[in-house]
Amino acid sequence: MFKGGVEPVTHLIEIHGLVKKFGPVEAVKGISFTVDRGEVLGFLGPNGAGKSTTMKMAAGFLAPTSGRAVICGHDVVKEPQQAKRKLGYLPEGAAAYPDMTPAGFLTFIAQVRGYRGAEARRRVEDAAARVELGRVMYQPIETLSKGFKRRVGLAQALLHDPEVLILDEPTDGLDPNQKHQVRALIQAMAQDKAIIISTHILEEVDAVCTRAMVIAHGTVLADGTPGELEARSRYHNAVFVRGLARLDDASVGDLAQLPGVASVEWGGRPDAIGLYVLAEDGVDLLPAVRELVAGRGIVIAELRLERGRLDSVFRDITAARN
Amino acid sequence: MGTVGVVFRRELVSYFATPLAYVFIVIFLVMAGALTFYVGGFFERGQADLQTFFNFHPWLYLFLIPALSMRLWAEERKTGTIEMFLTLPITTAEAVIGKYLAAWAFTGIALALTFPFWITVNYLGQPDNGVILASYIGSFLMAGAFLAIGSAISALTKNQVIAFVLSAVVCFLFTASGSPVVLGPVQGWVPGGLVQTIASMSFLSHFAAITRGVVDLRDLIFFGSVIGVFLFANTILVELKKAD
Repeated sequence: MFKGGVEPVTHLIEIHGLVKKFGPVEAVKGISFTVDRGEVLGFLGPNGAGKSTTMKMAAGFLAPTSGRAVICGHDVVKEPQQAKRKLGYLPEGAAAYPDMTPAGFLTFIAQVRGYRGAEARRRVEDAAARVELGRVMYQPIETLSKGFKRRVGLAQALLHDPEVLILDEPTDGLDPNQKHQVRALIQAMAQDKAIIISTHILEEVDAVCTRAMVIAHGTVLADGTPGELEARSRYHNAVFVRGLARLDDASVGDLAQLPGVASVEWGGRPDAIGLYVLAEDGVDLLPAVRELVAGRGIVIAELRLERGRLDSVFRDITAARN
Repeated sequence: MGTVGVVFRRELVSYFATPLAYVFIVIFLVMAGALTFYVGGFFERGQADLQTFFNFHPWLYLFLIPALSMRLWAEERKTGTIEMFLTLPITTAEAVIGKYLAAWAFTGIALALTFPFWITVNYLGQPDNGVILASYIGSFLMAGAFLAIGSAISALTKNQVIAFVLSAVVCFLFTASGSPVVLGPVQGWVPGGLVQTIASMSFLSHFAAITRGVVDLRDLIFFGSVIGVFLFANTILVELKKAD
């Protein structure tokens, strides 16, 4: 026991068996997980998988049919005010009043969160600077581009520097530069927070998440680090080899016969077709492939080890259920 | 300033950020003037009072207040801002009351801008200013009751047109519940006591009582109860419907 007899809060986010039924349809079928400080959990899944519904329940907006969500030790249904104070939430879609300016809107958020005067101004300026709202601070939100609207929503969620962030598609509608910037922002905040993001973009999982969860049909189909998910790919540890000239059939046959090779297949970009040499579990093929190719005097244009492809893993996992 | 105050201020400012406020106020003043002077025969009566002016308030409110209240919750749900709003550290009751008070204060501003009528009658003669003050209080309370009804109905639907039409109908039933239009269809098959209860819900008779210059506690309690009941219903409806 800690001093004062208070139980330490072990997980910043605890989700216990969340179920949501809309009439006869079960949108979320019993999802449980925890997120600790320093973790960035990525929700992956096709549209209608239950990602947003789960996030709405975790944020206390949607009442679960059964199960519970706990933010920093506060049940979001039983102690909503305490839980909401610890939470920054970016909903999907519109997150701000269209007829207000970002400055007015963020000031409103700061005041609702209990900041007054100079402290409120500092919070607003700080949040606006972090998402680089700069020159649009005094334009009505309805006149802003989708990217700026999203950033206003993000500033709203960050304003009180919460311990828990739940961000539903934070990079939706942003251009590649803005996406990069938001990812950098999430990474910079990740150390002392627990963060959940949802996304359709698999590279985002690689870029910012310490853990990824694939959700489809309201259930968790896979849960692991991005590396662990990639390892499920049939391309994990595959060697891609492309000669200056197309490989001859004899070489391809020999590559397929190498110990530890599962199979070979052609692939790559249309202007750079090469051979994938797929490995059996845990086999490192690179030295053997390199040796064989060098022995035959083939001039190499490209030779690399594949980590695996999240998109194919994602398709395999989610399609298997259909 | 508490959370209700913060919501109140944001809402009130937002009325003036769009043309809504100006359109509403101008229409209200023009209509009030036209009805008083042309339909009500203000000059022909030859009396320095505002009786004709106040007589038309229930009928003006009947369609102007639903136009104001229809957006209160329907718009938040339609645009999705309700999700951001209600995940802030704020209770649903605080949100409902803050939005409601802003709308009520706004109607108060519109009502206060009718002061030229008051100046006119004081210029033309010696009206009973006590009666006029009571009538203003009564009109403001009645507007508050209409607004509470409209706010609750606005939480029922995402569609502002539906909210407007339903609010206007329900407001009409409350306004005219003492008249044959409403009592006719129910008389004969509901018990007499219930008919009397329905008749006693009439905004018209409670408002008329106040405009005679007597601010009776019973009339205040009546309007206060209507406001309280509908805001309570409003809070429950927002809780039930917010995520639909």
